[in-house]
Amino acid sequence: MTKLPLNNPLTPKEAAVRVAATLKRRGRSERRFRFLGVAAITLALSFLVLLFAGILSKGIPGMFQHYVVLEVFLDKDRLDPGGDMSAASLYSGDAQGLVNESLFSALNNPGGRKAKRAARSVLSSGSALRLTEFALDNPKLIGSKVLIKFAVDDDIDSFMRGFISRQTPESDRRINDKTIEFVDILNDASLISYEFSDYLFTGSASRDAEIAGIKGALLGSIWTLSVCLLIAFPLGVASAVYLEEIAPKNRITELIEININNLAAVPSVVFGIMGLAIFIIVFGLPRSIPLVGGIVLALMTLPTIIISSRAAIRAVPPSIRDAALGIGASKMQTILHHVIPPAMPGMLTGTIIGMAQALGETAPLLMIGMVAFIVDVPGGVMEPATALPVQIFMWADFAERMFIQKTSAAIIVLLAFLIAMNAGAIILRKKLERRW
Amino acid sequence: MSLISLIATIVVIGVFYFYLAQSWGVKQWTIGTNKLHSLPRYYGFWVSLASMIPALSLLLILSLADDFLFKSMLNNFYPSDVLEGNLVVRAIAFTKVMNLVEGIRFGEPEAWIQTAANAWIGWQRVSNLIITGATIFSSLIIGFLAYYRMSPEFRARNVVERIILWGLVACSSIAIFTTIGIVLSVLFESIRFFKLIPFQDFIFGFEWNPQFEGAERAGSGGGTATYGMLPMFVGTFLISTVAITVAVPVGLFSAIYLAEYASLRTRAIVKPLLEILAGVPTVVYGFFAALTVAPFVRAAGAYMGIEVASESALAAGLVMGVMIIPFVSSLSDDVINAVPQSLRDAAYGLGSTKSEAIRQVVLPAALPGIVAAVILAVSRAIGETMIVVMAAGLAANLSFNPLDAVTTVTSQIVTILSGDQEFESAKTLSAFALALVLIVITLALNFFALQIVKRYREQYD
Repeated sequence: MTKLPLNNPLTPKEAAVRVAATLKRRGRSERRFRFLGVAAITLALSFLVLLFAGILSKGIPGMFQHYVVLEVFLDKDRLDPGGDMSAASLYSGDAQGLVNESLFSALNNPGGRKAKRAARSVLSSGSALRLTEFALDNPKLIGSKVLIKFAVDDDIDSFMRGFISRQTPESDRRINDKTIEFVDILNDASLISYEFSDYLFTGSASRDAEIAGIKGALLGSIWTLSVCLLIAFPLGVASAVYLEEIAPKNRITELIEININNLAAVPSVVFGIMGLAIFIIVFGLPRSIPLVGGIVLALMTLPTIIISSRAAIRAVPPSIRDAALGIGASKMQTILHHVIPPAMPGMLTGTIIGMAQALGETAPLLMIGMVAFIVDVPGGVMEPATALPVQIFMWADFAERMFIQKTSAAIIVLLAFLIAMNAGAIILRKKLERRW
Repeated sequence: MSLISLIATIVVIGVFYFYLAQSWGVKQWTIGTNKLHSLPRYYGFWVSLASMIPALSLLLILSLADDFLFKSMLNNFYPSDVLEGNLVVRAIAFTKVMNLVEGIRFGEPEAWIQTAANAWIGWQRVSNLIITGATIFSSLIIGFLAYYRMSPEFRARNVVERIILWGLVACSSIAIFTTIGIVLSVLFESIRFFKLIPFQDFIFGFEWNPQFEGAERAGSGGGTATYGMLPMFVGTFLISTVAITVAVPVGLFSAIYLAEYASLRTRAIVKPLLEILAGVPTVVYGFFAALTVAPFVRAAGAYMGIEVASESALAAGLVMGVMIIPFVSSLSDDVINAVPQSLRDAAYGLGSTKSEAIRQVVLPAALPGIVAAVILAVSRAIGETMIVVMAAGLAANLSFNPLDAVTTVTSQIVTILSGDQEFESAKTLSAFALALVLIVITLALNFFALQIVKRYREQYD
């Protein structure tokens, strides 16, 4: 506080002049301050827009890929050497040869070993498998000619998208001139189509970008989240009920509360280390399984669920409890029949938000080995699996151009799940929450 | 019987006892006994819980104990060179036996492995029988005893409520056990690490190259493994500083604008949008940082004639800053809203403009909360993993220049522990020591923030 010049008071007129002189400056600083606020929000939101624009611009093309439609003769003798149409027999058949032949005939039968190799490099290495699986699914069509679309190799895909230029000297390109010539022939015959990638959701982990998919990772995430939900929800609700309704005010209760706050502050990677040390090293559970992942994520999301469940319980007015107690319900009956039911929407909202957090978490899963290259789709909580964010992390490391797009596509799927979960939580809160 | 079907059997027995005891209670009603203390379903719960809880606990204990028992019994089968060998040798021998038990064969196994595996399979069969028999028998017997001893005077509700109460207590104590688990798991391995590498060498060492560990052990030379954590400490500090420099001004000014200037409508739209930033998974930020921001920073540097590393601390820090903006803004927003309106009104009454009231009255009043929010944001930045793993690289440079590539505590932990580890090596153990440092720092910051809030909180009203 500045000292007022009492011994030399200003006349009102002088004071008005002084105030008027400062008003302009003060107004300017007011506007400046306000502008800073708007600028900060604009900056933060533009980051958000940039992030989403970057991911969508790469991810939406990543959901599509180029296919070659070929007419293949499903030769029974070559596809099914065992003759019994069993999976084993089909997988040992010469699907690759049939694919190659129909490709060569579409390319007017190129001669020479080099030309043939260039022609084969147009198609994905997963083409033979695709033909075999088609035959397995459609045994009636064997012996006839069918049109099947095969994915093109990821380099060809990048070429079709214009990421690989014809002008680049052949030695610096990932595909040679002969291959480009073949691609042009296919393109002129309009055999190449650009369609929604059916590998994205049905394919498993693969080093070949064009046939890699998120099926295994998505299922791994679902298994992991199921375990997480089964553990975290009952534990979280029970803890919240105890702490909010029953716990006496003593040192043990205080200790529990401090621990819950601490757990909320511990970095997620540390939970992974705990999972590694306790469940894998001490208890001897296998690495990479959703069971351990789910337990670790459950312990990590527990504070979130407890805190929101406590808020939901606190929102139930005391009059409800008093009424129940007044007509002779026991403490436990009051809680089970009159406090938990109205608090349930709030608890579920908190649980969904916790699950969304768990779905996006990567670091703890890396620690317990859910980062292995797993081709099989996990069929249970005890089978090695990976999770969607971990798959994104792994794909982000691959250098192939097409993997960048596939990674972005996988991110879109992940974000879609997260948005759906959060929207579900909001709707649940709006619909079911009672206002007292 | 497999574990799942055994649990299912016990549950089925429990459900059976529930209906048995409940119908007993209903019968007491119908035959006109008025003295039934509790509702029939409480008798059902009591008998059902009595049959299930001991059986399930027995199952848990037995199935945890049998592996430990078998492992110690296996010692009789190991040849002397394995018994005298170190932990690694024994672990390899154990894995060989287990592979055979699971039917995985690599060539012709040694004779003792074959006998050990056969013995193991035999034990497993016996223990499986014992466990199955003991649990099912105990659930049937205890359930029957509970059912047999019921009487109308029995206070079933009180007993059941007591069991529920203890169940709730057990659930709440999980938080304590988790903390203990975290601390112990990290502490034990860290102590083992500090036996290999002196504590002061770790804390004050200037060089970090654990990758020479293998070379050193193989005796091929090429360098010695050193475990000095200062480069990572500095790297973490550097990236967190960049992040905080981005997040605190942006977050704080957003919070001020939203709390003081924005209309309710704007607030209702902007606040959830900002919170989306907090909901985006960190792996997405990492991808964004590595793919978009890092090349952009590098290109911008090249344009200005500055050499920028392709995995610069600046890029990782910028993106991390964006990630923690909502963290700072929502915490500060709460604190600013908690400042009572009367303070603002008093300032307006003295003729101050809105910004003067905010700067000279509201912010000083909210300062402890804002400082606490910033500290929590720092702790969040230090513990953040995926962004730095994907965008900051692994080069352990001791540098204070944000344009250099640095590494952080968390990214080293991930690099060392993800994938296959050679256990018992100082390299693997060093990750636990780093985790210990990480926990100590984040918890200290958290504690510090709480203390500030506690000590300087103004009590209005």
